[in-house]
Amino acid sequence: MKGMSVIVKTVTRWIKVFIFLYGVYIVITGHLTPGGGFAGGVIIACSYILLTLAYGKEFALQRLSPRTTAGLDSGGALLFLVAALYGIGYGGIFFVNFLQKRYPGRAFQLASAGIIPICNIAIGLKVGASLFLVFIILSVLRITKEKDGKQSMVKRWPEGKEEE
Amino acid sequence: MSSILPPLLVAIPLGAAFLIPILARRLGRLADALGNLATFALLVIAVLVFPARGVYQIGGWNPPIGISWVLDGLSNLMLVVVNLVSCAATLFSIPYMEQYTSKHKYYSLFLLMVAGMNGVALTGDLFNLFVFLEIASIASYALVAFGGRHEELEASFKYLVLGSIGSSLVLFGIAFAYAATGYLNMAAISTAITGRQSSPVLILAAVFFLVGFGIKAAVVPFHPWLPDAHPSAPAPISAMLSGVLIKALGVYALSRVLFNVIGVTPIIGAVLIAVGVLSMVVGVFLAVGQWDFKRLLAYHSISQMGYVVLGIGLGGYILARGGARSAAALAMLGGVFHLANHSVFKSLLFLCSGSIEFATGTRQLKEMGGLRERMPLTRTTCTIASLSIAGVPPFNGFWSKLIIIIAAIQAGFAWLAAITILVSLVTLISFLKVLRYAFLGPLPEALKEVREAPALMSISMVMLAVLCAVMGLLLVPAVRELVLDPAVAALSQGMEYARGALAGF
Amino acid sequence: MVYTLCFALFLVGLYCVLTKKNTVKIVVGLGIMEYATNLFLVLLGYRKNGVAPILDKTTNPLEFLARAVDPIPQALVLTAIVIGLGVTSMAIALCIRLYEKYGTFDVSEIRRLKE
Repeated sequence: MKGMSVIVKTVTRWIKVFIFLYGVYIVITGHLTPGGGFAGGVIIACSYILLTLAYGKEFALQRLSPRTTAGLDSGGALLFLVAALYGIGYGGIFFVNFLQKRYPGRAFQLASAGIIPICNIAIGLKVGASLFLVFIILSVLRITKEKDGKQSMVKRWPEGKEEE
Repeated sequence: MSSILPPLLVAIPLGAAFLIPILARRLGRLADALGNLATFALLVIAVLVFPARGVYQIGGWNPPIGISWVLDGLSNLMLVVVNLVSCAATLFSIPYMEQYTSKHKYYSLFLLMVAGMNGVALTGDLFNLFVFLEIASIASYALVAFGGRHEELEASFKYLVLGSIGSSLVLFGIAFAYAATGYLNMAAISTAITGRQSSPVLILAAVFFLVGFGIKAAVVPFHPWLPDAHPSAPAPISAMLSGVLIKALGVYALSRVLFNVIGVTPIIGAVLIAVGVLSMVVGVFLAVGQWDFKRLLAYHSISQMGYVVLGIGLGGYILARGGARSAAALAMLGGVFHLANHSVFKSLLFLCSGSIEFATGTRQLKEMGGLRERMPLTRTTCTIASLSIAGVPPFNGFWSKLIIIIAAIQAGFAWLAAITILVSLVTLISFLKVLRYAFLGPLPEALKEVREAPALMSISMVMLAVLCAVMGLLLVPAVRELVLDPAVAALSQGMEYARGALAGF
Repeated sequence: MVYTLCFALFLVGLYCVLTKKNTVKIVVGLGIMEYATNLFLVLLGYRKNGVAPILDKTTNPLEFLARAVDPIPQALVLTAIVIGLGVTSMAIALCIRLYEKYGTFDVSEIRRLKE
């Protein structure tokens, strides 16, 4: 997948930061305004997908390799799980909003509603990383013939290098 | 202690499923170790939780606003069965999955499926049920396509389309239930429904649930995905799919929703009986002509699920008609016991087929033969499993089928008992064919060098075979009151489930 | 009635899944079915002259309760949309793999599994 024309590349260079920032804003104020983890995560993924479409696979993959993305993906899910399990230590109940009970913030402020912003951030990380990973895998990966009798998925990177 | 354990049943597989890709990308052995550790821990926790009864509020929010997880007899039995079979299947996968690459992805998806099934068994809230149902279904779509060969991809696509239709129908049913009552908590819905006249919205909800969960359980009008999906998956996944997925997501969810939330009417009971009989007969007659071992086993799964639905439906019908509670309890005992038995012997059968495939490279019965000398352990366990499914005493299948037959006769449906006996006979014929072609007879030239399955695979098969032999003892009255009667009581108390669940037992 | 239209949309999606021959069109039909279900769920919460269920500093709680649209179906639909996204991406990945293996998108030719 090559990049697109100069106009698209220039516009992308200016705009992608704003898209990313907008996605982060929606994630962080998820407990105050509509949006939250899912919607913000999709927008964050879209900023990277725009980068891939405008500049081509190689450039985008140098900025954010699949291994990092998979790590972020799993990391987001684990953050969510840790936040949920931490409640057990506090009150003996799964998923309790322990931060709200301990340090109740005033309503309608950014740092309120206990555990919810943390969950939003975790979900935003996970959804963004997952969507970008899905996009990359669907457009980059190709299946080869069997090698040593094993079926394997071989990623054909644009430089001709092949990796299992 | 037991207040910490229930969430761990979902948290442990989720945590392990997300840890394994990070830690074990290159080291297959580490993925094996983590996966098996996780399922073994789950089995231990499920057994520890088994005697507990109670309601667990997630996040401390009270019903009907909060999500509650309800532990009663039926859910605890399902938990033990699911975690037992998954423990055996992960043990089996350690040598079996060497044929495939990306073991870390396999274990990750497998643990996600187990997390979904545990969640379905535990939950007491309709939408939570839907979310866990989808988690388990999506993980299973991916696992069926794991090997990447032609048949697997095609089977997975068919399974995906049909499964998604089923899930959409379930969501529609949940929407109707919410529209009728304004609650999502199962107990709250049933208290809102009792005493009301049956409105068309509720009837529609019941129909949608029946069709949606019926697609997941592969009962007869909705079965076409099963004969393609189960054979194409890798053997431990077939064992999980046939052994627990169609039960936890299909029959358990259906009976939980129909018995405890919407309430069984005579019509619903009659529909369940009809569907059960149809599944039994169609499944077994389609199975007899098959020459592919795993496809034969898949058709038998359809037939045996018919037994379970028949037992539960018969019990529901008798209860709804106001008949004797003891007769209804007997029928439901047969259904629930057969559910547990089928999980054990069907997964053992699929594991045996996997072991044969591992050693000989084929699934076609006509290409096998004479394996009795080369693979004695597989032959013994496969014989035990075949005798169980055919209903030969003293193995476990015999007892559960006998109970269903006796319950049918007691309820006055002698023709049902006759059909059940006929189907058992045809099952016996079919498995005698399997045993004769796979193990007896001359050893073909191509198979002269096969060796017995690796140790870890044999251990899991022997474990399940031992269970097949001793599970008949679950009917001894003292043990039965501990294990099976609470499950039957949970179903037969019907709408009174709500009283217990809302009050916190 | 709006609910009948939702159901009609669901049936359109079902028709598409059952009759179309292209795997990608089947996936589109599946998507239509899921969105019809989500639409039905959201519409259940509607209240005449309702306002969106967002609290901020200036709302009066009592008046808010009387006029706000039901937020529970909206939370349900949010989750259902993400689940639909997962299923759709899985289905599309399968379509691409099927194309690489069989060389065609036509379902009637992807029939190597014996009946």
